[in-house]
Order: sequence, then structure tokens, then C-alpha cells
Amino acid sequence: MAHADSKPPAGHPIDPAGRTVLSGNEIGRCLRRIAHEILEHNKGADDLVLLGIPSRGVELAQRLAVILSEVEGCGPIPVGALDITMHRDDLRSQPTRAPMRTLIPECGIDDKVVVLVDDVLYSGRSIRAALDALVDLGRPKAVRLAVLIDRGHRELPIRADHVGKNLPTSHSEKVQVRLAGFDGVPDVVRIAGGDER
Amino acid sequence: MTKHLISSADLTRADVEAILDTAASMHDVQRREVKKLPTLRGRTIINFFFEDSTRTRSSFEIAGKWMSADTINLSAKGSSTSKGESLRDSVQTINAMAVDALVIRHNQSGACQQVAGWVNASVINAGDGTHEHPTQALLDAYTLRSRIGELDGKHVVIVGDLTHSRVFRSNVITLMTLGARVTVVAPPTLMPSGIGSWSATDGFATSWDFDEVLSGEDRPDAVMMLRVQRERMSGGYFPTPREYTVGYGLTRPRLATLLQRNPDVLVMHPGPMNRGLEISADAADAPSSVILDQVSSGLAVRMAVLYHLLAGEGSAA
Amino acid sequence: MSDLLITGAVVWNDREAGDPREPRPGEPADLLIQDGVVTQFGRVDAPAGVRRLDADGLSLLPGFVDLHTHLREPGREDAETIASGSAAAAAGGFTAVLAMANTSPVTDTAEAAELLYDRGRTVGLVDVIPVGAVTKGLGGEELAELGLMARSRARVRLFSDDGLCVQDARVMRRALEYLKPFDGVISQHAQDASLAGAGACCHEGEISGRLGLPGWPGVAESVIVARDVHLARHTDSRVHIAHVSSAESVEIIRWAKDRGIKVTAEVTPHHLALGTELVASYDPTFKVNPPLRPSEDQEALRNALADGTIDAVATDHAPHARHDKEHAFEAAAFGMLGLETAFSVVHHLMVTTGRMTMIDLTRRMSRNPARIAGLGGHGRGMGVGRPANLVLVDPQRVVTVDRAASNSLSRNNPWHGMSFKGAVHATILRGEVTAIDGKVQHP
Repeated sequence: MAHADSKPPAGHPIDPAGRTVLSGNEIGRCLRRIAHEILEHNKGADDLVLLGIPSRGVELAQRLAVILSEVEGCGPIPVGALDITMHRDDLRSQPTRAPMRTLIPECGIDDKVVVLVDDVLYSGRSIRAALDALVDLGRPKAVRLAVLIDRGHRELPIRADHVGKNLPTSHSEKVQVRLAGFDGVPDVVRIAGGDER
Repeated sequence: MTKHLISSADLTRADVEAILDTAASMHDVQRREVKKLPTLRGRTIINFFFEDSTRTRSSFEIAGKWMSADTINLSAKGSSTSKGESLRDSVQTINAMAVDALVIRHNQSGACQQVAGWVNASVINAGDGTHEHPTQALLDAYTLRSRIGELDGKHVVIVGDLTHSRVFRSNVITLMTLGARVTVVAPPTLMPSGIGSWSATDGFATSWDFDEVLSGEDRPDAVMMLRVQRERMSGGYFPTPREYTVGYGLTRPRLATLLQRNPDVLVMHPGPMNRGLEISADAADAPSSVILDQVSSGLAVRMAVLYHLLAGEGSAA
Repeated sequence: MSDLLITGAVVWNDREAGDPREPRPGEPADLLIQDGVVTQFGRVDAPAGVRRLDADGLSLLPGFVDLHTHLREPGREDAETIASGSAAAAAGGFTAVLAMANTSPVTDTAEAAELLYDRGRTVGLVDVIPVGAVTKGLGGEELAELGLMARSRARVRLFSDDGLCVQDARVMRRALEYLKPFDGVISQHAQDASLAGAGACCHEGEISGRLGLPGWPGVAESVIVARDVHLARHTDSRVHIAHVSSAESVEIIRWAKDRGIKVTAEVTPHHLALGTELVASYDPTFKVNPPLRPSEDQEALRNALADGTIDAVATDHAPHARHDKEHAFEAAAFGMLGLETAFSVVHHLMVTTGRMTMIDLTRRMSRNPARIAGLGGHGRGMGVGRPANLVLVDPQRVVTVDRAASNSLSRNNPWHGMSFKGAVHATILRGEVTAIDGKVQHP
């Protein structure tokens, strides 16, 4: 259940009682900052491969790739999708659902710097699953993690290299990320439920 | 999703679509260097085969292993069953070993359904007598879907020994679950009894005349040829193999007619083929033929079935 | 032998028109039984020391006769024995059962028949009358020693290769002819082996087509029925059609009876009441030969039983050890239990619905089968001097069948969990109470 709030199915309604924590413009600024951090850390765009974790991580990865190539003025940055369904540790606590396709760019991931991209970092279990999934696909030179929101409450020794916004939350709150491409509504991040603060 | 997969009728349209979508991802795994997913780590799957079938058994075995389950093959030939042990005793012995799934192939109709009532494990029907073979129907649907897209409104023609075909029985159900229309063609002697009353269902038709179906208004999107078993050829059901081919074989001229009417038509056969009898070599090897795709789909579809039956909430522990 | 006084029961005896030596059917009466025969009826003042059976509100019928029972002894004593089968029969209201010949060894000699007969006598709960095989070892080729069996202590009159049909028309003809001097009859299990072979296990129809089970079409029965009534006509001998299951067979039997051909027929409670759709679960409990048929056939059978085209109800009680039923459907044994439930099913289905009277029921379950099998001591009236083979039933009591509560050694009971109106209360064999409310009474 730890992941259910970060990946509602497409078209999931937004809780009207919630409050906006990131507007569309703010999301755009976060992504540009993350892009700059990545380039700075990697000393350029060489060997970069972005892998989004479905569902919304894929769209974020695609947007980051566009920004990276604009900023760096280089060709397209290889971008793909890494589905983690088959590697999750909580399969038995919910009904099965069909996994999304894993798409690895043609250059592969061997000896590349793979940046995993996800919308919300919470328990860290999704990222653990992603790291396992990655191992079976090749041997990157390094793996980094970029997330739009870090809401805390880690259950594994995992941290993000690049964070759009740190957002202290309680367990009972839901963080809702909506992206134009995936959800068909304007970009927004909202927080809902939990105790009124 | 259902606990057991005994009949294709156990699966709703949403279930079938989830399995086929999953199979697409599993197909990618098949192309990787490391063909292994941890999903079913610690689960035990027994392939209990009361009837020989190298192909289906190895397909289930590999599917289970690539999902990290421990798969064990048991053949009832030479085991206590041939000494007259009852089916219930045979499977309960296995069940006592706390297995998670029993994949069962049996030469008698209904055996899997009976077993499901006796064990805690999930039971997956890998072909029971002349009843059903649901994973074959799923892989056929997968093959079709990956070539011609959604099956809604598509017209599939199934030709051959319907009476003794579990492939046909499961395929009719799965194809119609996905919204396809099905016409089945056979001589009257190879039509299951009472099939006339199936026709009442919308989108299902029967015919004794293959050529009429090929040239009919409803042009086929796919033609599935069923194997004619050797033991049916001795004159009991039709006079000679030659006569069968003339009436019901996918011959070169029939293939030409099909292609003329629909250049994208698909030719299918669950195998093993009797070339020159129910299907000509031209048809089997034509670009329209997806017979080899059917074989390679089998693995991905069975991985998907194992995942949906065994991985989620409420699966056998 | 102790004396018995039955008081207050409504008597359902088959009195020939106005015969004053018989009690009036449908009216309450007392019945005094001494030394195994009726000695007094009407208002009877009990002699000192007589055992009384208070039967107010109950009905008194002639004891039932089953033309078709499998007792499995000798050979399969794990499934049933003469003792356990006799107990089940007594519990079901039967005073005589005809024990089929397909035991191991087969009842195809006088010695085998006498062994069965004597063991039945020793158990003493029901008259066990052996059915002789028509052909040696049920092989279908050479006649068994029909005459010696007829002359034996067991006085065999009914012959059958049950389970296996006498396929060869010439053998059937010869057997029918040969039986004539001692008024024997052949009970034919009508199944053309080329139309319904060894694998055939489900009524051929939509359900068998969907389930992928080898079909057993009704025509495989009716072609043999047609052949055999013609043979009976040609030989002027008696043929009895066992467990009729199809509407087509009924038509042929009706046609033959209209022409005076000596044909009689029986139907089982399960073919009357249970339909082929039960097989859809692949539960071998419902696997029986001939198979359960669709509702059109069931309806034709009910009509034929009511109008007398079918003479008798027979159980085809076929006990099987659990492990013989727990195979895949096609490989599981054929047959189901029937002795203990027959009256309840037939009463519920045919009498409470008004399709038959209680007198009709006594004819189908007692008088007719006794006559077909040539049993002088059963299925008779209740007048003075008649052998006291009787059954007391409660037409109002509702029974719910529990397969665990059975006198049979087997549990292949298709009626488990079903409820029927009408229950057997007590069974009386030659004046001795053999069972009360399902419990055997040992003398």
C-alpha cells in the first residue's frame, strides 16, 4: 500500500479538500533545477541515460531529457522506462495488475550513468525494486535518483541525489501528482487527507 | 483474478486483457540476456502431466523458472497412477507437499476441475482430454492481437476436428470474450453434439462448407486450422485423408482466395501440423502464417498467467 | 416366530374388485400377523403378549421388490456385502431384491446362485433372489446354464448380463426361446456397443459436447429395445427392459405393449428425477449407465410410469468404493446408490404431485416387479393367509438425505442433501420387523 498514493491510475480524481504544494510553473522550475544539477554532477551530458519509473516517472524523465538537451545544446538524451511491478515486495498485499512495458534505449545501460526518475519518493521500496530490475538489464557505471517530491518516511537506506521539493508529510496524507501528458489535466502537486494543519 | 484456471470461461474480458498486456512485457524479458524475474521467488509449481506433452510442459517449466518459482515436473506415466491409484490420491499426495500451483495435463476431460476441488493449490489446466486448453487460447489471442490489434469485431474461422479439440473449445470462449466473431467449420461427423444450440449466441456460427465461409460476405481476419489426429483417420469420421483435404484442408487455392479477399489474413495452427492434410506447405510457410509466433507467444503468456494467478492478493500461500 | 399386531394404518393393498377376503384399500385397519402370515384384519383385539406396532397416521403397503440391485458379494465386499446391501434394502422398505449377476465370480451356475440365495437367507433381512447371467461369464457368446439355475434352490427366473448388453441378436433370440419352458425372462441392459462404447459416459447432447465427454446417445438404447421387442414377438417369449432412460425407448415399449408383445420395463428413481446437467460439475457421483438424460426424457419416463407403460421402479443400486469413484470422470465407475431412497423419491415425485396414486406406487414398486420376477410370496394382497411382507410408510414425513447415514458400505449417493416428502418407517418380512426408521432390527 505504500505506493498506492504515488501512482493512482490515470484519470484519478483530485481530492478537492487538498491544497496545492507545487503549481505547474513550480514543477517546471524544479525540473530545470534538477536538470542543471544532473549536468553539474555528471560534468556534462555524456553517457547519461534517463529511466522513468511508470507511470508518471516516465513523463518526468521525458521532460527532463528535453531540458537537458536544450541546456547542454547536445543531441537527444537517451530516455526509457523501467517497470518495477515484477520486482515489488508488496505484490501479495494487492490484486495483480498488468505491468507497464520496460523500454531501454538502444544504447543500452552498460557503462552508462543511469538516472532513475520518479514522481514521489516515500518508503524507498519502489527504488529498491528498480535497482533490482536494473541489475538484470545490464551494468551501469553509476545509478542516480531524481524525484519531484521527497515526502520522507524512508523504510530503506535509500536517498535521492536530486529532489524537486522536500515535503514533510504525515502517513495519513496523500500526495497527488498530476501531469498534463499522463493525466490530461494541468500539472500540479497537491496534498490531501490527514490532520488539518 | 480467479484462483484456478480450469476453463477459459473462468476469465472475464478484463482478466484476459490484463494477461495479454502482461504477456507483452514478458515477451520483452524473453529477449533479454538475463531472463529472470524475482516475482515468484519461493513458490513451488508442480507440472503434473498425466499425458505426454513436451512442448506445453517445457513451456510451463521455463515460464515458472523465469519467474523464479521452483518448478518440478512429474509424469504420471510409470508413477503409481498406472497401478490404479485414484486421481484424488495422486494429487493429494502432491498437495500435501504445500505446493502453490499444480499445472495439470490429463487425457480425460474434467480432470482439472475435479482436482481443484481436492487441493489447496491453484490449479492450472494445461489441457484436459477433449475439454479445454485455456493457455493455448490465450496465446492464440495474444498472437492475433499483436498482429491485427484489438479483436473486437474481428472474424476468426476455426476448421477441423472440433469434436475432439480442446483448443477449439477454449478458443471459442476466449475469442468471443474479446468480442471477436467465430465461425467453426467441420464435417458433420466432427462437430460436437449439440453445437447447434451454441449458435444461438451472437457472433458464433457453424458451417459444413469451408469454401462458402471463405467466400462469404463476412471475410475472415484469421483462419485457424486444427490438427487431425491419426487415430481419427481410419474411416470412422471421414472416408480418407484425401477426401478430408479436398473438403477441409487449407490448400494453396484456398489460401489464394483468402489473400485475395484480405491480404492481411492470418493463418494459425496450434501444432503439430499434418502438412498436406489439414494445411498445405504453402499455407504453413506463407508470410500470413503466424504458426511460429504462436509457439514463441506460449512462454510469455504462461509467465503472465503464473503472475496473475500466483503473485497477487489472495493467491495460494 | 413372534406375532405382530399393526394398528391403525391406512391399508394400501391391491384388492381385486370388491374381494371381501382383503381389507378395503385406503381405509384404516388393524392387521394381525401370526407365523409370518396375516390371520386377521379389521378391528382386531390384541391377543396377550403380541408385539404391537402403532401405525396411526401411517400407510401400510406390500413390501417393495427391487428388480435391479447390485450387492457386490462375492468379489467386491469392500463396496457392499449381502449383509450390508440387505440392510440397506430393509431400511428402504424392500422385502425382496434381485441381485445382479455381475459379481466375481459371475452368477452363471446353479451353485453360484444357491450360494447367493443361501447367504441372503442367513442374513435374513430381505429375500435375496439371484439374477442369473444370460451368457457364460457375461461373455455374450455362450448361454449360461439357464435351466439348472431355474431348477436350483434359488429358482432363478430373471436373467441378465446387466452392465453388458446381449449384443448378438442370435444369442438373444436363443436365450429367449430357451427360457420359455420355465417362464424365465431376460432383463436387458439396452446399449448398442457400437453406438455407445466403453468410454461413453454422458448423455450425448449439448452438455457432452461442451464438456468434451464421450457421448452415450439415447438411440444406442432404443435400437436395442426395438430389436428385442421384435425378438420377443418372434419367439413369443418375455423380455424386460432394464432402467429405461429415453423417450424413444418408451415409445417403442408402448407400441409393443399395444400389440400384445410380452415386454415389461423398469425405470430408476434417478432417471426419473435427476438430469444430465448434474454432470456439468464432472462429479462422478452422477456418472451412471445409462446416463442421466435431459428433462424431455425425464418427463416421458414419468408419464410412462404413471400410465403403466413402464411397469416397475427398480433402483439399480450400485455401490462403489470411494476410490473407484475418485478418478477422472471417464475412468470413474458407473452407478449410484438407490435402495434407501427409492420410496421417498418416487413418492415425492409421483404421488405428492398427483401423477400417481398410492395404489399405483404399490403396483410399480411391489406387485409388478414381483410378478415379473415370478416371486409368489411378494407383492400380494393383505388378506388372511397372505405372507406378511409389508412396509409401513409415513407419507407426511420429510426426509433429508445424508450420505453418511446409510446402511450401505458405499457413499456414492446422488441424493445427498436433497429433501423428499415420504419416509419408510418399518419393514416387515414374513411377520418379522427388519428395519425401523432406517435402523436394522436383528431378529
